[in-house]
Amino acid sequence: MYSLSGRTAIAGIGATEFSKESGRSELQLAAEAVFAAVDDAGLSPAEVDGLVTFTQDANQEIAVAREVGIGDLTFFSRVEYGGGAACGTVLHAAMAVATGAASTVVCYRAFNERSGRRFGQPDPRLGGQPSSQGVEMSWHVPYGLMTPAGWVAMFARRYMHAFGATSEDFGRVAVAMRRHAATNPAAWFHGRPITLEEHQRSRWIVEPLHLLDCCQESDGAVALVVTSADRARHLRRSPAVVTAAAQGAGRGQMMMTSFYRDDMSGLPEMGVVASALWSMSGLSPKDIQTAILYDHFTPFVLSQLEELGFCGRGEAKDFVADGGIEIDGRLPVNPHGGQLGEAYIHGMNGITEAVRQIRGTAVNQVAGVRNVLVTAGTGVPTSGLVLSRE
Amino acid sequence: MTTTAESGVHQRLADLAERQIAAGEVRGAPAADPVNLPMIRHWAAAMGDANPVYTDEEFAAGSAHGAIVAPPAMIQVWTMAGLDGGDTVGPVAVMLAALDESGFTGVVATNCEQTYHRYLRLGERPVAATRMSGLSGPKTTALGVGYFVTWVVTWYSDDEPVAEMMFRVLKFRPVERNPEPAKHDPYPLAPAVNRDTAFFWEGARQGELRIQKCGDCGEPRHPPGPVCPTCRSLNRTYTLAAGVGEVYSYVVHHNPPVPGREIPFVVAVIALPEGVRIVGNIVECAAEKVGIGMPVRVVYREMDDELILPMWIPRES
Repeated sequence: MYSLSGRTAIAGIGATEFSKESGRSELQLAAEAVFAAVDDAGLSPAEVDGLVTFTQDANQEIAVAREVGIGDLTFFSRVEYGGGAACGTVLHAAMAVATGAASTVVCYRAFNERSGRRFGQPDPRLGGQPSSQGVEMSWHVPYGLMTPAGWVAMFARRYMHAFGATSEDFGRVAVAMRRHAATNPAAWFHGRPITLEEHQRSRWIVEPLHLLDCCQESDGAVALVVTSADRARHLRRSPAVVTAAAQGAGRGQMMMTSFYRDDMSGLPEMGVVASALWSMSGLSPKDIQTAILYDHFTPFVLSQLEELGFCGRGEAKDFVADGGIEIDGRLPVNPHGGQLGEAYIHGMNGITEAVRQIRGTAVNQVAGVRNVLVTAGTGVPTSGLVLSRE
Repeated sequence: MTTTAESGVHQRLADLAERQIAAGEVRGAPAADPVNLPMIRHWAAAMGDANPVYTDEEFAAGSAHGAIVAPPAMIQVWTMAGLDGGDTVGPVAVMLAALDESGFTGVVATNCEQTYHRYLRLGERPVAATRMSGLSGPKTTALGVGYFVTWVVTWYSDDEPVAEMMFRVLKFRPVERNPEPAKHDPYPLAPAVNRDTAFFWEGARQGELRIQKCGDCGEPRHPPGPVCPTCRSLNRTYTLAAGVGEVYSYVVHHNPPVPGREIPFVVAVIALPEGVRIVGNIVECAAEKVGIGMPVRVVYREMDDELILPMWIPRES
C-alpha cells in the first residue's frame, strides 16, 4: 500500500516575535513569517507553488502570495477546526508534494489574537447563524457555555471524577511548561517560572480551571516549508522528515462540545490520530524522545498522554508527577514552553519547536532526539505528526 | 393602611368561615334523575371502563351484585348542578362568594378524596349534603395570595350514607398582570434555530422538554438532527422527557463576564433517564452544592419576549 511516510520533510521554519500587540496587520505578520521560513530553507518565494493555512486564518493565500512574491500557485487549501488544523496543514502540504500537486508548499498561520479578536472572549455570534456549527453551538451558547475554557472545564470535571485527578495534577502541567519557557528567550514567559502554589492561588476562570490552566493569548505568525524529502536533503537545513501525519475526528464529534458521546473522560479524536500515526510510522510511544502536545488548557495534556499511549487511561496524573514531563523527565513535553509558556500561535509554534529538536538546535534541547510527536488542538477535530531525523 | 385593610378582610373571612362551619351539614336537592342505565353507559364509555356489571343486565344478574350497579366514581355525576343551577345558599357557596367579593376570584382544586360505602343501584335517587370543614390562609402561593377552603360532601340514599368526598380548593387573588407588559431587552445569547431544531425551542415555550425520537427505529437523540444516525430514517418525532435527570458534569463560570448573564453561574451536562444528555444551567442552587450525580428537575425561564430556556434545579432524591 502507498504510504506518505518518509516522502516529505519540513525544510524551513520561520516566525515573527511573539507579543501581546504586534502593532502591524495580520497580513504583514504572515508575510514576515513566510519570508523567514523560505529564507531558513534557502529557497526563494518564487519557488513556492503551494500554500496551506487554517480556515480561521484571515489572510487569503493569494494575498500572502502577492505580498511575498510567490507567483503561480498550483495548490492551496485550508484546514478546518481552529487549532486542530495545525498539523493538518503539514498533512495537506505533504500530500500535495507526494502526489505532485505542488513541489514546495508553505503552511502559515498569522493573527493578532491578543490585540485583535480574542478567542477566549464570549462571542454571542457563535450561536447566531443556523449553519450546522451555529446550530451545534446553540445547544450551549444560550446557557453562557461559550468560551473555550468553559467547554474544556466540562471535560476536565468529568476526567477528575473518572480518574481521581485533581487541580494540582493539572497544575503540574502548567508548572512544567513555565519551567521550560523560563529558559526560552522567544517565550513570552521567559524568565518567569511558576510554582504549584501560584497555580492553585490563581483566580478561577471556569471551575475547575484556574487562570494558570489556560494558555496565554498572543500576536504572531509562524510558517513552515514542506517539500519532498529528497529535495530537502539538498537544502541548507537537515530535514525534519514527515514520518507520519494524520487528521482525526471521532464518532459523535462536535467542535469543543462533544458532551453527548462516550464517557467524556478521553479525546477519541486524538485516539484516531494516534492510531494513524503509529500505524503509518511503524513506531510506538517508546520511540519518541520528546512530544509537543497542544496545551491550550492543561487537562487535555493529561488526556493526550493517555490517548497517544504514553501511559494507560487515568494514569497521566502519575505520569506528570515528579516532573515526569519536564525537560529532565521520562518524556519531555513542549521543551519550548508550549502555548502556556512560549506563545499561542494555534499550535504552529509547536511544529517549529519539533523541527528544532530534530535539527538539534532547540534552546532546551533534548538529548538524542530521533522522533518527535506533535499534536494539534484538542476538543476539536484534530491532527498530529511524527517528525524524524535522518 | 394596606395592612389594616388586609387584616380587616381576613377577620371578616375568618368570622364567616366560623359561622359556616358551625352551620354543619346542609342537604341539597335530590338528584335530578334517578340512577339510570343511559347515563352509566355514557360515563363508562367516556372513561373507558368496560366492566359489564355496569351495563350488561344478564352479566350483572350473575354477579355478586345480582343486578346492574353504578360505577362508584360516578357519585358526583348524579347530583351535579347544570350550567344554570348550582348551590348559592349552602355554607360553602356563601364562603366562596365572600372570597370572590374580597378579590380572591381565582380558583384551583387542590384535593379530592372520595370514599364509597356501597354501590348505587338503578332507580336510587341520591341526595348530596355539604358541610364546610375548614378555611386556612392567607397563604402565599405561586398563583397568588389565597385561602384554602375545605368541605365534605356526603351522599345519602334515603338516610343511608353511600359515599363521601373531601374537597379542597385554593381561592386566590390572581397576580396583577401589567396590561401592556414591559418589553424585555432581547436576550443576547439567543440560539440559532432551524427546521431541524425548531420543535425543541417551541416545546420549551410551552413548558415541554422535547427529545427527538426516530419515528421508525425509536432511537432517542439529543441534540437533534435531520437524519436518524442508526437507521437513516427521515421520519422524526419527539418524546416528552419526564423533566428529571442527574448532573453528569458541570462547570462554574467566573471569567470573563458573559453578556446577559450574572457571574458566577453554573452550566451542567444533564443525563436524562430517556437515554440522552442535555446542557443547561443549574439555578436556585449554590455553586458549591452542585455535584456529579445530583438529581435535578427541569424549570423554564423566560429570557425575553420570545425565548424560554429549560434550566435545572435540585430535586429531592
